[in-house]
Amino acid sequence: MADSDVVNASVSELHRMLSARAISSEELVNTYLGQIEAENESLNAVITLCSEQALTDAREADQMLSRGEGNPLTGIPLLHKDIFCTQGVRTTCGSHMLETFEPAYDATVVARLKAAGTITLGKCNMDEFAMGSSNETSFFGAVKNPWDLNCVPGGSSGGSAAALAAGFAPLVTGTDTGGSIRQPASLCGITGLKPTYGRVSRLGIIAFASSLDQAGPMGRSAEDCAHMLTAMSGIDAGDSTSADRAVPDFAAALSGEIDGLRIGIPREYFNDALNPEVRARIMAALSLLEKAGARLIDIDLPHTHYAIATYYVIAPAEASANLARYDGVRFGHRCDAPIDLEDLYLRSRSEGFGEEVQRRILVGTYALSSGFYDAYFNKAQQVRRIIAEDFHRAFETVDVIAGPSAPNVAFQCGTKQQDPVAMYMEDIYTLAVNLAGLPGLSAPAGLINGMPVGLQLIGKAFDEATILNTAHRLQQDTDWHTIRPNFGAFQS
Amino acid sequence: MSVTPEDIEKVALLARLSISESELPEVTERFSKVLDLVDELNTINTDGVVPMSNPHDMTQRLRADTVTSHNSREALMASAPAQDSGYFLVPKVID
Repeated sequence: MADSDVVNASVSELHRMLSARAISSEELVNTYLGQIEAENESLNAVITLCSEQALTDAREADQMLSRGEGNPLTGIPLLHKDIFCTQGVRTTCGSHMLETFEPAYDATVVARLKAAGTITLGKCNMDEFAMGSSNETSFFGAVKNPWDLNCVPGGSSGGSAAALAAGFAPLVTGTDTGGSIRQPASLCGITGLKPTYGRVSRLGIIAFASSLDQAGPMGRSAEDCAHMLTAMSGIDAGDSTSADRAVPDFAAALSGEIDGLRIGIPREYFNDALNPEVRARIMAALSLLEKAGARLIDIDLPHTHYAIATYYVIAPAEASANLARYDGVRFGHRCDAPIDLEDLYLRSRSEGFGEEVQRRILVGTYALSSGFYDAYFNKAQQVRRIIAEDFHRAFETVDVIAGPSAPNVAFQCGTKQQDPVAMYMEDIYTLAVNLAGLPGLSAPAGLINGMPVGLQLIGKAFDEATILNTAHRLQQDTDWHTIRPNFGAFQS
Repeated sequence: MSVTPEDIEKVALLARLSISESELPEVTERFSKVLDLVDELNTINTDGVVPMSNPHDMTQRLRADTVTSHNSREALMASAPAQDSGYFLVPKVID
């Protein structure tokens, strides 16, 4: 079987091939490791490989499969964003601070995916501490977009998105605090889902903003993501914010039937910030859903505009508290020859953190400091409720909300790095979803001059099934999710 | 509202970050841009709105007070940059 056939296959197809013994997990792992070794240099998407362990695990999976055991993910390779703690495997969070950190335990997501039979190939590059929308803030260097090596892949799960789009793995994990799964999924032409806050355990995910962070699947299709989401989800005694909700079999629930589905189109998402060509691609996708039986209904999310200001108070405030743990004492970077405790803290942190991380710690510290707490943090939490109520009101009359995932296609590397606010605007359509704790996904909606566009679908709390099914229907009616970049194994 | 370099130095100390004299003007300028952005919040009336700290307004779930994990002191200490006999080493604190 040619490498391009293997790397093009869906998770269901790979499962069928593995079950029929047409291919072994060991062969799969070797194929993907070969792709990474040959092509990663130009992308910089993968920063740690676990080749030996992956081959050992694959041989174990093959034994299970040969006994007729296993489930849909047994023997399927994947890559983890380097924000997930992996026992004994370096976990950097894209930072000099954690350059040599080897966790003593697996994140719950890692443990659950392992228990479901997946094989970990390695760890993906990311924006430092998940703070960025272009994957240019990583200590390990920028990640490039396989659709155009001069462009960014988005962030912060940019390494994951680029690796998946390039054919380095059939599944990857990501995390999304303000759009960090959906925006890179959009810019790299893949499907990525941020679950409802609480759906997936945060234990062992290096914390950024604890009331916003969620881990989710990134794959080639809604169906692939559905398989992975089922394995990742569920209550965890180790995360008191994980939700005590039954986890459906998301893949089994994909009927493709959307007759009568009410899709809300928020006027505020089709504003002047939206590239007109992106708007046209999104409208084309929506009219296909309408043809499939959905009803498109204009709605208002009147406080959308305030999401950016709200997010850039709450996320930095929570980050400044979470990142206080990096003190040069217990783990992480420690400066050379500190003269006293103060010097140890100051130099270890200033040397260990990059510019964007330091900026957000400063903003967060300011927003939480005496005299400013009410004006900034408290105020932002009040506006957060107003934004969430916009969604609750909208969901009284619609089942799904649809719009663009990002205002533009991937931009050129280096063009927004100097202006933090211009970079923050990249996430204008995704931030509010995290503030409201809702599930959102991005699915491919065609190309503009060879660069992918993403359609965002937002669901009611704990109703990932409906947005996955809506994307699944679109992927039955179009081939947008099967278009590959002219890169690596897909090169013509 | 914009901030002064002195404000930044004060916040940096609170955050235990050191900013050099040469970086200070640029850090101040970029910080001010972010602050101008978030100052938009002042244009919205939030009288009587309860602040939202959890998107589902969940309250803390308590678990039974039972031992759930083994002593993993050695594994955790292995990540410490400086240690001796099971203790974290820090510069001298008390004279």
